[in-house]
Amino acid sequence: MKTLVFLEDHGGALQKDSLGVLSRAVSLGGEVEAVLIGSGVDGLAADAGRFGAARVHVADHERLGSPLPQPRVDVLAKLVRDGGFDTVVFAATVLSADIAAGLAARLDAGLNWDLTDLVEHDGRLVGKRPALGDSVYVDVGWSSSPRIALIRSGTFEPIESGGSAEVVKVESEFEEFSLAATMLEQAHEDSEGPSIEDADIIVAGGRGLGGPENFALVEELAKALGGAVAATRAVVDAGWYPYSTQVGQTGKTVAPKLYIACGISGAIQHKVGMQGSGLIVAINKDPNAPIFEYADLGVVGDLHEIVPKLTELVRARKAA
Amino acid sequence: MKIAVCAKYVPDAAAHLRLDPETKRLDRSGEGALNQFDVNAVEEALRLKEAGGDGEVVIVSLGPERALEAMRKALAMGADRVVLVSDEGAEGSDLVATSRILAAALERESPDLVLFGQQASDSDGAVLWAAVADRLRRPLISQVAELSREDGRVRGKRQTEYGYDVIEAPLPAVIAVSDAINEPRYPSLKGIMGAKKKPQETVSLGVLGLEAGAVGEAGSATQVYALGDPPPRGETRKIEDDGTAANAILEFLLEKRVI
Repeated sequence: MKTLVFLEDHGGALQKDSLGVLSRAVSLGGEVEAVLIGSGVDGLAADAGRFGAARVHVADHERLGSPLPQPRVDVLAKLVRDGGFDTVVFAATVLSADIAAGLAARLDAGLNWDLTDLVEHDGRLVGKRPALGDSVYVDVGWSSSPRIALIRSGTFEPIESGGSAEVVKVESEFEEFSLAATMLEQAHEDSEGPSIEDADIIVAGGRGLGGPENFALVEELAKALGGAVAATRAVVDAGWYPYSTQVGQTGKTVAPKLYIACGISGAIQHKVGMQGSGLIVAINKDPNAPIFEYADLGVVGDLHEIVPKLTELVRARKAA
Repeated sequence: MKIAVCAKYVPDAAAHLRLDPETKRLDRSGEGALNQFDVNAVEEALRLKEAGGDGEVVIVSLGPERALEAMRKALAMGADRVVLVSDEGAEGSDLVATSRILAAALERESPDLVLFGQQASDSDGAVLWAAVADRLRRPLISQVAELSREDGRVRGKRQTEYGYDVIEAPLPAVIAVSDAINEPRYPSLKGIMGAKKKPQETVSLGVLGLEAGAVGEAGSATQVYALGDPPPRGETRKIEDDGTAANAILEFLLEKRVI
């Protein structure tokens, strides 16, 4: 197996999920190399070595400065062909999903998406793909080479192995249509504390908060725990909280060690985005809320009383 | 301006979805409907057409013949016609094969703009547009929450993990819209009455110049090996707040060593 892992960068750092995917690829064995594509990204190559890549291909070009998929497909298609890679793995993001599917079409290669595991079974690579609201787990595979896999966000933890990678420069050649779309503006919302993809602890708020002003309760608890704040689709749609924090089917999939759901009923659309969490604690006043069916600890009660108390207790504990 | 909307025929939202243990494919024998996320794309196409004053909105779909009935919802909303690729040879197509079929159907129409909805409600697939855009060799903007058109260019504001991007592309282009982009209209009674009379064309793979081996199961590059149950979660505990729930949560977190 000769695997290429796409490493996504944002804000001068490698995205945690793609390092997690790299670690997983390394644990599966064979030759594992990584690729970094951007403008001014050379400095990040060393990190890839620390997480187990034997070689890092770096495509550094001014036309790669914006996070647009199509020029990246051009770079990857050439690299995969020339390098003889039989497997290409991506951690799913808005950007990488478009790259993976574009690459699949370009190379007529099979793409399996939303995978929550990648294993070798009887000598062949098998992906685990939860389907139908995660009620069925499907074992999927490939009949093409290369095989392209898109891994669900929050699936694999990065594991440092302390190695160093050989850095190889890649010449970038672009198709005309790939450069046709241009980035005019990027407005990034910088939230305090860790982003929800990277957080070990997430405190999430839903409609049960009663109003946007009550997100302060969730924020205070998240701050006390050193976690990030997430929101449900209902409250994002209502304009209470930014989309970048939305967890669920039309938002992000997260898998922190602890997920505290405050005033969230936990319908399937939300469940698929957070059920991979290590521990789920739910606070909701409706005893029949679906979230109680899968919360490790469910508390039926008024979050407006419980959450501030819990925040105080956590603070006191941490101060002690 | 000619706008093509790629629309999927999916099992009805109310139906219980199951994978057929024999074929390992989704059981599509029950009632079907137009994928709800594609309705946003239809709506956006109609708005662009209305803002431009003229043009045509064509629904392009791949599915069994009875999918035509579900696509009539788009016609009732105001779309002009439907092209349905329906062929037994297309059954079991994966992403690579499906993108081949759709690209061929779209090339036959050569629209100025191709629109996709955010995802398929049955497969949760949310990548097909990128494969189709690559085959059509056209610029792509996905996750678009606001779309505007000016002088042969489209501008899309998209949602990402980090905030918003504003991206511009020349026509012809491929756009995938998010379901936050609009509130789709309900078909009027007149629209519903008129939908049946609008052109509805069913085409075979042969008409699109596609060989049987290039699509369907033979033309697919992925496989399904087995179906299994989701991993079990541990026991769940539920308590009523008697004034000490916050303490109970803290103890639980300490016991589980997460803080």
